[in-house]
Amino acid sequence: MSEISQAHPDYNYKVVRQFAVMTVVWGIVGMAVGVFIAAQLFLPALNFDIPYLTFSRLRPLHTNAVIFAFGGCALFATSYYVVQRTSQVRLFSDKLASFTFWGWQAVIVLAAITLPLGITSSKEYAELEWPIDILITLVWVAYIINFFGTVIIRRTSHIYVANWFFGAFMLTVAVLHIGNSMAIPVSFTKSYSLYAGAVDAMMQWWYGHNAVGFFLTAGFLGMMYYFVPKQAGRPVYSYRLSVIHFWALISLYIWAGPHHLHYTALPDWTQSLGMVMSVILFVPSWGGMINGIMTLSGAWHKLRTDPILRFLIVSLSFYGMSTFEGPMMAIKTVNALSHYTDWTIGHVHSGALGWVAMVSIGSIYHLIPILFDRPSMYSVKWVNVHFWLATIGVVLYIVAMWMSGVLQGLMWRAVNADGTLTYSFVESLEASYPFYVVRFIGGVFVVAGMLLMAWNVYKTIRTPREAFDAEPQAQAA
Amino acid sequence: MSSFWSIWVSVITLGSILGCYLLLRWCLLNKTGVEEGDDMHHSFDGIIEINNPLPRWWTILFYIVLVWGLIYLAAYPGLGNFAGLLGWKSSNQNIQSLAESREAVELAKQNGELVQYDREIAQAEERFGPIFDKYASQPIEVLAKDEEALKIGQRLFLQNCSQCHGSDARGQRGFPNLTDNDWLYGGTPAKIKETLLNGRNAMMPAWLDAFGEQGIEEVVAYTLSLSGRQVDQQLKEAGEARFAACAACHGPDGKGNQAFGAPNLTDNIWLYGSTKETVTETLKYGRAGVMPSFKDTLGEKKVHLVSAYVYSLSQDN
Repeated sequence: MSEISQAHPDYNYKVVRQFAVMTVVWGIVGMAVGVFIAAQLFLPALNFDIPYLTFSRLRPLHTNAVIFAFGGCALFATSYYVVQRTSQVRLFSDKLASFTFWGWQAVIVLAAITLPLGITSSKEYAELEWPIDILITLVWVAYIINFFGTVIIRRTSHIYVANWFFGAFMLTVAVLHIGNSMAIPVSFTKSYSLYAGAVDAMMQWWYGHNAVGFFLTAGFLGMMYYFVPKQAGRPVYSYRLSVIHFWALISLYIWAGPHHLHYTALPDWTQSLGMVMSVILFVPSWGGMINGIMTLSGAWHKLRTDPILRFLIVSLSFYGMSTFEGPMMAIKTVNALSHYTDWTIGHVHSGALGWVAMVSIGSIYHLIPILFDRPSMYSVKWVNVHFWLATIGVVLYIVAMWMSGVLQGLMWRAVNADGTLTYSFVESLEASYPFYVVRFIGGVFVVAGMLLMAWNVYKTIRTPREAFDAEPQAQAA
Repeated sequence: MSSFWSIWVSVITLGSILGCYLLLRWCLLNKTGVEEGDDMHHSFDGIIEINNPLPRWWTILFYIVLVWGLIYLAAYPGLGNFAGLLGWKSSNQNIQSLAESREAVELAKQNGELVQYDREIAQAEERFGPIFDKYASQPIEVLAKDEEALKIGQRLFLQNCSQCHGSDARGQRGFPNLTDNDWLYGGTPAKIKETLLNGRNAMMPAWLDAFGEQGIEEVVAYTLSLSGRQVDQQLKEAGEARFAACAACHGPDGKGNQAFGAPNLTDNIWLYGSTKETVTETLKYGRAGVMPSFKDTLGEKKVHLVSAYVYSLSQDN
């Protein structure tokens, strides 16, 4: 490992440790809920006729838990770590750091209570009601102050590229969250959106797609720019590629929302713009992937022995795949087939499980030994097993959803000689059953990997440092 | 959109694309002040960055998508109010009613400038119209024995009606079974078609205020007795006295009236459920059943075929 202990300031690792551990915890919870509702899709009786367990209430719980609890904690942990290490200075404020940790956990717990109760604003990925939205805003502002405060007091001359991405992610998410969540409260648990009709839809997907673009992409690219070169022990491939990657990505992503609303009441010109910008976005996205993967040039052999690096590099492959798939699906002609089908679900999970989860898992495996002052993870072999569980799980998931999605799209558009539709909706649902089972199995693999990770993290923290030295870890084959 | 917003949209759109182009040029020209392939002379926590050139194939790809984007925005609507050189429109987006839409289509036909939606409808009409014309001239009774016609009718039913009445047309709570011989508004071909074309609005009033809790209990007892159920004799007699209010629609004998869609209460067919609790709920709070009109969505000719299919369902038994 390339961790050369050097004289460095007294970093605030406490908040990083807290967020890193909670990343694993919320990862298990969020993904387990996902597996449960995946099972409900082929065994509807699994809701036991209990309203709190119905698909409609647990689905937002799943998305909120994996995006904001798992993904959010991973982002907090890595951004707080990276900004300190690359600025050579302790966090701007320990108090604010602590506030963001406890505040964010409170948001998560409130989400886990209110969503099953059916308290929802009914805006996708922004379901939480207004009092929680206000708490999110407070935590987020504290986060921004703490992050940028640290950047301002840095001891390095430049700002490292990872921090550009983290910074862009924070600022944009603040604007998106406040813009989209504007609502008129009618009671403590109910509010109505400030926007109406097509404008509301437009705002929703401006937010929704940039939750993907900034929360789930820009933030995680920040992670990539630190942990890939660090874990590989190689320099970043191209500074200029990172410059164009950053500026083009953040300026184009913000336009892409209307591709969620092709062939709807949205005006033609907005649909066109959404599609054009989404297609252009493909190239800078791949610039980022190339930059990450080429960082490994001269160190490819490390992939054979280092499962953490495998997580990071495979996550970039999935990033490349989803950022090709996304622009393609944004083309109206393709969208006519893919929209409303499971293809979209497959695409989202190739991004969320393949890219976001894998890069986070790799980064957390890199972090845990450093944060708890251990020479390595308790078992590198288990990391390797986790890598294979995750990879097989994701592949099963997305292949099942591709097949199911294309099948649905084709069935829905099939017409008879008389112009009537060949299949009723129920027939397309019946045809999807086997794929729903495969998707569920894929999900079980992913959750099994996360459980193994939790055990490994626990053992790493609990095993005294001396025990590691006495018993050198066998490297995975 | 006002011309201010139109210009605003155009400027930031073209500005973004131009910005990407300039960024690409800047990166290609290597203005970093560092030799190509050298490192950037700064290190962050041990990470250094190399000033490698942009991959050539990737650069070319970037140019291609930027040029493609400009071509697309020239051809199609995108830059504010600019309609695009092809004059393409998905639909008449300012239309607010069906009548306005029909007017716009007529106008467009005269100018030969149909929007895509109208064009597709016209194409479908041309291709499939003759099939439906052929059936439209035949009476429903005849079509109900024509296997081909029934197949088309069934497909239309599965697409448009099964969501409420079920794939087997046996209905569900609140939505009548169409395969039996019990009809709310009449089961003749003409009545079925009328129901389909214009829809129905069933209205069972709420009686709690008029009857009171006790009164409701009595009327429920009488109602249940009509279909031969065992009930408390005293309640039944009290209920019978109150039934005059119900008889206005359901008839003095409770056999219903198809003019109002008032169900027959003497058979054992229940739209909302037969338990005492459900009937009590119906009486207390009323029911509002809605069958939508399909005149505008399916059109008369298709409704004709669906009517034949629905009619055929109750003819076998």
